[in-house]
Formats: sequence, structure tokens, C-alpha cells
Amino acid sequence: MTDFLMPALGADMEAGMLVEWLVKPGDRIKRGDIVAVVETQKGAIEVETFAEGIVSELVVPIGTKVPVGSLLARIGEAAGEEPPAPHPIAAVLPPPIAPITSPVLPTGAAPIAAVHRAKVSPAARGRATELGIDATTLSGTGVEGAVTVADVETAARTIAVPAAAPARRKALDAAEMRKAIAAAMGRSKREIPHYYLTHTVELGASLSWLEAANAAQPVPKRLILAVLLLKAAALALRDVPQLNGTFVNGAFCPGEGIHIGWAISLRGGGLVAPAVLETDKRSLSELMSEMRGLVQRARAGGLRSSELASPTVTVTSLGERGAEAVMGIIYPPQVALIGFGMVVTRPWVVGSRIEPRPVVTVSLAADHRASDGHTGALLLNAIEQLLQNPEKL
Amino acid sequence: MTARITYREACRQALREALLSDPKTFLMGEDIGRYGGCYAVTKGLLDEFGEERVRDTPLSESAYVGAGIGAAMVGMRPIVEIMTINFSLLALDQIVNNAATIPHMSGGQFAVPLVIRIATGGGRRVAAQHSHSLEGWYAHIPGLRILAPAAIEDARYMLAAALKDPNPVLIFEHVMLYNNEGELDPAIAEVDIAHAKVRRVGTGVSVIAYGNGLIKALSAAETLAAEGISAEIIDLRVLRPLDTSTLLASVTKTRRCVIVDEGWKSGSLAAEIGMRIAENAFFDLDAPLRRVCGREVPIPYAAHLEDAALPQPADIAAAVRGLVRPA
Amino acid sequence: MSARVRLDHDHVRHLLRQMIRIRHFESKCAELYQAQKILGFLHLYDGEEAVSVGVMEALTPEDAVVATYREHGQAIARGVGMNALMAEMLGKQEGCCHGRGGSMHIFDRKTRFYGGNAIVGGGLPLAIGVALGDKMLGRNAVTACFFGDGAVDEGEFHESMNLASLWGLPVLFVCENNLYAMGMALERAEARTDLARKADAYRMTGVAIDGMDVVAVESAARKAVEEIRAGGGPQFLECHTYRFRAHSMFDAQLYRTKDEVEAWRKKGPIGRFEGWLLKNSLISEEEVHRIEVEADAEVDRAVVFAEAGTPEPVGELERFVTMEAVPA
Repeated sequence: MTDFLMPALGADMEAGMLVEWLVKPGDRIKRGDIVAVVETQKGAIEVETFAEGIVSELVVPIGTKVPVGSLLARIGEAAGEEPPAPHPIAAVLPPPIAPITSPVLPTGAAPIAAVHRAKVSPAARGRATELGIDATTLSGTGVEGAVTVADVETAARTIAVPAAAPARRKALDAAEMRKAIAAAMGRSKREIPHYYLTHTVELGASLSWLEAANAAQPVPKRLILAVLLLKAAALALRDVPQLNGTFVNGAFCPGEGIHIGWAISLRGGGLVAPAVLETDKRSLSELMSEMRGLVQRARAGGLRSSELASPTVTVTSLGERGAEAVMGIIYPPQVALIGFGMVVTRPWVVGSRIEPRPVVTVSLAADHRASDGHTGALLLNAIEQLLQNPEKL
Repeated sequence: MTARITYREACRQALREALLSDPKTFLMGEDIGRYGGCYAVTKGLLDEFGEERVRDTPLSESAYVGAGIGAAMVGMRPIVEIMTINFSLLALDQIVNNAATIPHMSGGQFAVPLVIRIATGGGRRVAAQHSHSLEGWYAHIPGLRILAPAAIEDARYMLAAALKDPNPVLIFEHVMLYNNEGELDPAIAEVDIAHAKVRRVGTGVSVIAYGNGLIKALSAAETLAAEGISAEIIDLRVLRPLDTSTLLASVTKTRRCVIVDEGWKSGSLAAEIGMRIAENAFFDLDAPLRRVCGREVPIPYAAHLEDAALPQPADIAAAVRGLVRPA
Repeated sequence: MSARVRLDHDHVRHLLRQMIRIRHFESKCAELYQAQKILGFLHLYDGEEAVSVGVMEALTPEDAVVATYREHGQAIARGVGMNALMAEMLGKQEGCCHGRGGSMHIFDRKTRFYGGNAIVGGGLPLAIGVALGDKMLGRNAVTACFFGDGAVDEGEFHESMNLASLWGLPVLFVCENNLYAMGMALERAEARTDLARKADAYRMTGVAIDGMDVVAVESAARKAVEEIRAGGGPQFLECHTYRFRAHSMFDAQLYRTKDEVEAWRKKGPIGRFEGWLLKNSLISEEEVHRIEVEADAEVDRAVVFAEAGTPEPVGELERFVTMEAVPA
């Protein structure tokens, strides 16, 4: 007994409707005979049989739509005849005859409610996770105000996290700050191969110029020595740009502008180093008021995100706190930390005589991946030269 | 001592060298012989090599491109010229349905070592039907290698490399480049047709470009450098297959990317490149991906309108600034 | 090779056998398609056998063939083995194209069979290229390019005819005019239905012949090929024929009547040739029967071979997209 199945008649035919039987049970059929007519989307198609024998049973009545491969009829061997040679083609098992239904498409999902998300770049997110910071609370300087890697790294150096809106201000917490400093400093020492240079600079010219300049000014407008030191450092960095910038992903990235992070100690312990933007382009009086403002805001917890985000190098001065030199630890990912020790009076060789002169030890902690001693020395020498001509600062 | 030649002359030298070095190479195309070539690239070659090897064809893109395919299949190395990418549409059936598919459809029985040179791009005030940049469409097709020489050494040596490739290679020469002059470094005797090249090292942003877009990107880089922005400029050189690893190495370093593509923005090659970067360097990105593409308009005739429709150095610089110094 | 057809016993038996082999192969394909063993599109050659068989007699193994998506007849007549052909149709890697091409894209390097092409008219530019390459390489080869009446409307036909004639390329353009381009009747598509006369526009010899008469086809093909080989330029041979089956399997044939099909069946190439041979005692009934039994057996063996074949591993999917080298 051979099965006569609904044939596939085309690439995209899934089912057909049997509309006419051209044979009836008992008819003898041979290969190539047309035995039925099937209606398809293209029209009525005559179907031939490849089996031979006597029609035994018409299984599907006319008017029925069935899937391709369904059993339509059974063909038996003619009585007295030898069974035909085994068909070399295995019969395709017909699926159960079932009505065809088109898939029902969903009418549409419920509208998506608007979601507010903080904008943080993927790279910044990764960095923030590394540093243990919640990036979503930071203010960003990136495209569309997104938080960038630079923003995250700046925030890592301080616990005071100001926001654009006062509502997001965090209270200063000495213990938290200690932790953040510990994390940053620990990482710095682990990852950055530091080298150190020191240089002693004679400050006679600077101090006399300062005294004269201040004599002509009312007290609120008077300059302090730190301003001169800061400006000298900034101008020196113009000559030695290799020390102004960051080291990220194995490469030195020069800073876009010179924005010196000025290290400010906070009451109760802790340290912030907000940037004085475009330090090299500011006049001394501008720098003075800027520094005064920074110190006030730092101690009150009101620093602006742009100030925290963008230092390209850090300068730290011990002022009168009683050490001659400071060998600092670089704030990553910067490549340099310039330190000024306490001004002291020391014997100094002038011509062939020895005289007491005010001197200060300038130190440089630098990332050896981004620069070498020669470069560092150039910077310190430049600072020295600048401080000998304070009227040009 | 380096030789100073035009891009056009570099193309001509390449063709001449091909004809001299392999008797199986021959040229077919419209007006390449007596006329000397629409862009004067093939000038003089008919006189030197004769009509058998420099064949002027009738205006039958489909027939002579198909003839190139058939001849390549039986052992010749034809170099077919299609006057502009706009006319290549008439041969699209042969290129896409035959050249690109026969090695595969035949189960590897036949190769199609055919080179097709096609001029492309806008900027000459010749309006919509002569200014398309559709190389992105061709870069979509498996089986084809798509080249876009911008540098003089690529104009000179990419052809030789293409002739060594057993697969169909399409070389797109931007029309605005033919007059460009450059130094041909005598130390360079060959180039690869697999890799992109960093043409200018930078640190702040990766700018990916090809063809005339590369020249404009380099110009933008100069402007940006004066502003203190360091842009790394990458010459794609090969549009298919894309040298993703060179692109990713750059973007992982700079963390920002601008893609320049003269084709219309929608469904552009820039979209493909951007997606590859998003797929592979997402976590390294510090800013959104940006594209500078053709505006969605058939290229207009009026000079100022055409200029506005195509990416310009100022647009590229602005896109970079928008990423590096957002307002 | 001369233009005269030797009608000796061996040769006529060979011609009949070739046509019957093709007819039986196609019949088996129809069966396998309806059983979903062959998928996609299937275009069968029933009724047109005389054209392929006749033209192939005029070609040598050094010549080349380009055909259409209805190319099983050309492939079998040219000598592509049924095993490789059937395995290809079943999508097996033992197929002539590793199962990559299927019914419409048969390629065979050994017999210089350059496809199988599913784009109407798409093979003509390819064929003139094959001829051009052969000519430039100094080979004394002719390319037979098969296409239907539909192709004659495509721009690529006109471009290729012109270029072939202009450059004197050794191409035999064989147009199988079966009166229908899928469902488009000739008189509804052609401003000029006398297709052989289109060759005049290109200064090319154009001859129309009875495509149902295998001897007439062989004779005309031999003459044309001889003249092409002698440097006479390309020629156009229009073979009037008819396909007894639908355009493809999924075709309700709304565009022609059953009576018309029946009338043409009665004039079919196999029956006609067989009848003539028997009447002229050039062959016996017993021999015909043996030919048919052998053809069936050959086809059945091909099915067994194909069914035993293996699907190419999916991991190899991107193979053959680009070639490592030009095959030697």
C-alpha cells in the first residue's frame, strides 16, 4: 500500500485545497497520471501520481484544505500483480490534518513609561566601579552633560561631591574622605613609577618684588607668595608640556590647557585639590582672588564640579607648616606633582661670598612612564628662572 | 629623492605596469582608448598597447562587465573601468548576481579574478546623477573586496595587489582626488589591501574616513591641532572587509570617535562602522559615536548647495569639538 | 567536425537515449519536489530535450556552455553526471556545487559548464566573456549560450549580441523559444515575434529551426559551430520548442489552455524521433524499452547516491565566499 500525499508544488506553498478527484477507488493508475486538482493561491493545479496500482481509498474529501505532506489517498497493489519494486524514496510522514490558522500578532505592547537615568559614559562607569564611586551622583563635563572618565577620576580625589543642583550636595565626612584619599594614594603608589627631583630656588627677588607690590595695595588685594609660586609653575609647564596631562590606557594624553590643582587642606583633616582653570593665562591678582575663593569654598564644601574635574597637574605648598621639602604622591591619572616646601633662610653663595638668603625647595614627583629626569629637571629650572623675574609673572 | 606625481598619474602608472608585467591583463571600458579616458587616466595606453589590450567598449555596462567576469573565469585578468559609480548601477546585476556569487554558487569550482575601477563621489557641480557615493552599497556584498585609495601610494600600488587577489576587487577612485599631487616614497614598492592606516597620530579622538573624506579629515585635524585638540586620523583604505582591529585599537586609546562618510547618512557605511565600534568598544567609549555624512538630498547643482550637502572639514572639526569640548 | 549529421544506428540510438535520460531525470525531480526532497524552485525541461541534445552534438569537450535556470537538460546532455546533479538538487555536499547552488545554479568545471543562472538574460554577458577569454588565450573554443524567449527582451541580450558581433566573438546564441516567458506569451511581449530576425540588427547570422526535431537541431548547430570556428563571428539559432510542464512546479498555468499543451505533446521530440526511427527500422521496440529501463535505473542510482549524501557542516557556512587561489 502506498500513500498519496498532498504534494509541495512551490517554494512557499504551505497547504492546498483539494477541489477535485479525477480517480475513484478501484481505478488503475500509472506513473504520470493526473489524479486530482488542488487549488492554491496561484490557481488550480493538476496533481500527478508517481505511484502505480489500484486506488484503494480517497482519504480527504473535496473542499478540504490540508497542509503539504498530508495523506490524500491510499494506492494498493493490483490483485495478482507482483508488488512494485521498493520505492527508493522514503515516504514523508504526513503531519496530522489540522486546520490552518495564521499566526496572531499581538496588537501592541503598553506604552513605555519615561525613565530618568543619569548620563554616564560607559568608560566612566567602568572607572567608577574600579574606584568605588557612585558615578550617577557626579556632575558631568562630557557630551550632554554626561559624566566622563576625567570627571570620575577627579571625584576620586575628594569626598566633597558638589552637584549642579544643591539638592544633590553630600555632607563632608572626614572618615569618608580619609577612605577616598587612601584609595587614590594607594593606587598611585601601586601603579605609578614615581621619580623625584628637588631643586633649591633663591627667593630674594620674588620676596622683594612682592613686598614692593603689596605696599601699593590695600590689604584685601595683597598677594601672597603662593600666588607667585603657582604662576611660575604654570608658566614653566608651558615650556615643559610633557608634565601637564594624564596617563591613560598606556599613553600620555596632554592636557587641554593648564589647569593646576591647588592642594587645600581642610579643617578636621582631608585634602582637596580643585583646579585653577587656565592657570597660565590668569594675572596674579586674578589668581589671588581665585585661590582665596577656592579655599573658602573648599572649606565650606561648595566647590564647583568643573574645578574638581579638570586639574591637569597638582601643586602643593606646605606654606609655613614646617618642612623644607615635600616628596608627594601623584594624584592619578596626572603625571606630576609639584611641591613647594617652607621658605627658610639659608647660607647662599653670591659671587665669592656667603650670605643669608631666603630659599625654598621645589620638588617634583613625576610619572616615569610619561617623562624622565631630564624633562623634570627642565621644569624645575624653568620655575627657578621665572621666580628670578617676578615682574614678568 | 621622492617623485611628485598626481593621483591620476599614479593610477596610470599602475595600469601601465599591469599591462607590461602580465600578458593576461587587458583593459575594457568606455572611452578608455581613443578618448584617453574620461578622467585622462588611460591616456596614451592605447597607443602603447594596442586595441587587443586596451578595448574601447560600446555603452553596454552590463555586457562588458559580464564579459570581464567570463574572461576572468577562463584565465584572463581583465581590468574593467566603469566611468562612474552612477553608471555602475547598469552593471549591478553582473557584479552582484554573477561576480560576487559564482565562486560560492559553483562550490569553489570557479574564481572570478576581476578588477573593476570605478570613479565615485561629488564636488564637481555635476548634480544628482553624476555625484553618488554608493561604495557603501558594494561594501555590503559578500564575495567582493572594496578598496578606496586616498593616498598617492595607494593609487599607485593597490591595483597590483588587487591583481594578485583571486576574488573580484572593486577600486573606487574619488573624482576630487585625481588632481591631487603628492610625494611617492621610493621606499614603498607595494601596499596591502587588507588594513586601514593611521595617517595622523592623535590622542583626543579617532576620526575614521576614506577617499576624499580622508583629505578633508586631515585638513580638519590641522585646524583642531591649532586649538589644542589632538585628533587621530584613520584612512580606512579597505571598505570590505573592514579592518576593525585598527579602528578599535584607536578608539580604545582615544575613547571618542567621529566617522566621515560622503554617502547619505541613512544605511551608510558609517552606520556599519559605528555599530562595530559600539559592539566591540562600548565600555571604552567616553562619548557618543558621531558621524559626518552626506545630507539626505540628491546632490544639487548649485555650488553652495552641493557644498552644504557634502561633509566639509568645518563639519568634521565641529563634530570633533562637540565630543571633546561639549558646550 | 562536419555539418552533416551521421544518421547511423549508433548515433540515432545515442540521440534518443540522451533525450530519454533527460525526460526521466526530470520526472524524478518532479516526484522528489512534491515530496519536499527538492526545495525552492524547480524548472523542468520536458518537451525541449531536442534542443540541448542536438546542440551538444556540435560541441567538443574544449568548448564551453552557459545556460539558464532550466538547465538540467543542458547539463545532462553536456555530460554532467546524474549522481552529482541529483545530489546537488538534494542540497548535499556530494553535489556538483556542494549543495551551494541547487537546481538553478549547476556548474561543472570538468565539462566547461559555466552555470545555471537565475537571472533572465544574466548569462549572456558571461558567455561573451568566456568566449572573449578563450579567444584571447588562443583556444579554438566556441561558447554555446542557451536562453529563452524572455531573455530576448532584456537589455543584456542586446548589449551582448552587439558586443559579440562587434568583436567577432565565438558564441553560438541558442534561443529556446517555447512561446512563453513564465506566463507571458510571445505575442504579448514582442514587437517582433520572429526572433531570429533580431540577429539582423547586429549583422549576425540568425536562423530559425524546428526545435522539436533533434536531427534538425544537430544539423543547424553543426553548421553554425563550424562557421563560428572558422572565424565567421557569433551566430543566433532560434529553436522553436515548447515546455510540456508548467514554468516551475508552482504554476497553475492560467495563461495557456490544456488543449494547446496536449497538441504540443503530440509533436514532442522524443515521441516524434522514436516514431520516425521505428517506422524506418533504425531502432527496435525492444531497444527503446531497454533505453528506458536503463535510464530509470541510472536515475534511481542517482537518487540512492543523493539520498546517501551528507549535508555540508554548518560550521563551513562561509566557505567559498572568497577563493584562496584561482583553481588550476
